[in-house]
Amino acid sequence: MKKLINDPADVVADALRGMAAAHPRLRVDHENRVVFRGDAPVQGKVGLVSGGGAGHEPMHGGFVGPGMLDAACAGEVFTSPVPDQMVAATQGVDGGAGVLHIVKNYTGDVMNFEMAAELVAAESGTEVVTVVVDDDVAVQDSLYTAGRRGVGTTVLLEKIVGAAAEEGRPLAAVADLARRIDDSGRSMGMALTSCTVPAAGKPTFELPEGEMEIGIGIHGEPGRRRVPIAPARDVAAMLVEPILADHTFSDGVICFVNGLGGTPLIELYVVYAEVAAILEKSGIGIARSLVGPYMTSLEMAGCSVTLLQADDELLRLWDAPVDTPGLRWGA
Amino acid sequence: MSDAPTTEQLTAWITRFAELVHEHRDELTALDSAIGDADHGSNMDRGMTAVVAALTEAPPDDPAALLKKTGATLVSKVGGASGPLYGTLFLRMAGAVGEGFAPALRAGFDGVLARGKAEPGDKTMVDALGPACDVLDAGGSVAEAAQAAADGRDATVPLVARKGRASYLGERSAGHADPGATSTAYLLQAAAETLS
Repeated sequence: MKKLINDPADVVADALRGMAAAHPRLRVDHENRVVFRGDAPVQGKVGLVSGGGAGHEPMHGGFVGPGMLDAACAGEVFTSPVPDQMVAATQGVDGGAGVLHIVKNYTGDVMNFEMAAELVAAESGTEVVTVVVDDDVAVQDSLYTAGRRGVGTTVLLEKIVGAAAEEGRPLAAVADLARRIDDSGRSMGMALTSCTVPAAGKPTFELPEGEMEIGIGIHGEPGRRRVPIAPARDVAAMLVEPILADHTFSDGVICFVNGLGGTPLIELYVVYAEVAAILEKSGIGIARSLVGPYMTSLEMAGCSVTLLQADDELLRLWDAPVDTPGLRWGA
Repeated sequence: MSDAPTTEQLTAWITRFAELVHEHRDELTALDSAIGDADHGSNMDRGMTAVVAALTEAPPDDPAALLKKTGATLVSKVGGASGPLYGTLFLRMAGAVGEGFAPALRAGFDGVLARGKAEPGDKTMVDALGPACDVLDAGGSVAEAAQAAADGRDATVPLVARKGRASYLGERSAGHADPGATSTAYLLQAAAETLS
């Protein structure tokens, strides 16, 4: 294992120290491993709390700031945070208008946020609403399974819902908007390499030269099938076609090509060109785009594609100012 | 065992479970790499190490307090799915341990079912814990319950996962034992070695 770390056991704590040093406008609670907006709680504003395992940077801590999240809890690498952290985050962002928990649909994340919401309800009067993101078309959806994973749509949702909360919308409206975005977004990912969890010390799975995984998640878990490596135009089709087969998209989408950590931007733009060509052929105009490593899986090489059906309201909220370490415009 | 377990016995059980998790940390992680996200061994080891430290630092006075401390420590230290599930198991056991080990384990199992919403055959820890509870409820020994948990773990090998991260693999999750069922088999093995 070759990594820029001190000790595998200290990776998350050390990275949070770095975030605090690099971004003095954030407040980092090192004991609870929560990144707060420096001015939290913002009175009268719905507080947005997310969180998840570390290893996906900049998500979620890098999306804390005006126009996006109020707080983010960091778990161990690829491991959900614990309820105590979520309780501390929730209490720290409650400005009197309630708190929205944005939870990616993974068994551990859902259970820990559920226990946290129960604890908050038992201890204080803070109103908490939970929205679960489940947009990964690689996973078959069924009532009898854990359901689809929460992936790329989460980034778009946190931005758009963050803008809505910043406008002063009430909790119910913010939660409705979040659910509408989850319903309108779909993602699919692929990997060229595995990744190494620091505590494990070796790659999570073996992926031979010449092969790739299609339908990968963001935790180094293997995908649904392994196929020979192919040109970017074929890979783009393997990602976009299942998305279009799963949901009807019309003109005006937000198109997000996400890097998984180990893929350079030049390759992401090669993929983006192919995705844009497929969408053009399908008569789906792209209204906005996002290209880059925003939801990573440590050093995994690969990408994911997310399409979100937008409308004038979503685009206006997308364009609204945001000022976080990971996303910043108009501010 | 029909009598309620003592604080000393339960401490021995939990300490032995922590040892087994530590010894088999790499095995649990390897199983989780095959079908999950490669963190079960390190998470359970980190959690059980914290439990043993908490119990050593301030030994609880009675069985319920001991189980409660074990569960609360796991919930606040482990994260992932194993934290809430193992945490709930011990927290619920605390409420029923006065009636004996079998009713306590059954109460813990009911808590796991409610928290995780998994059913038998979903390829989860339920597949090891359920058969162990059934054996104890029928009057079987803890050693027999441990064997039932081990058999339940082995029976998860051909299953296709329907819950947890392994479920994302669909058919590809078949062919490996479930990591959660495997750690649960060690929990019962530890019980057989310390509570019989």
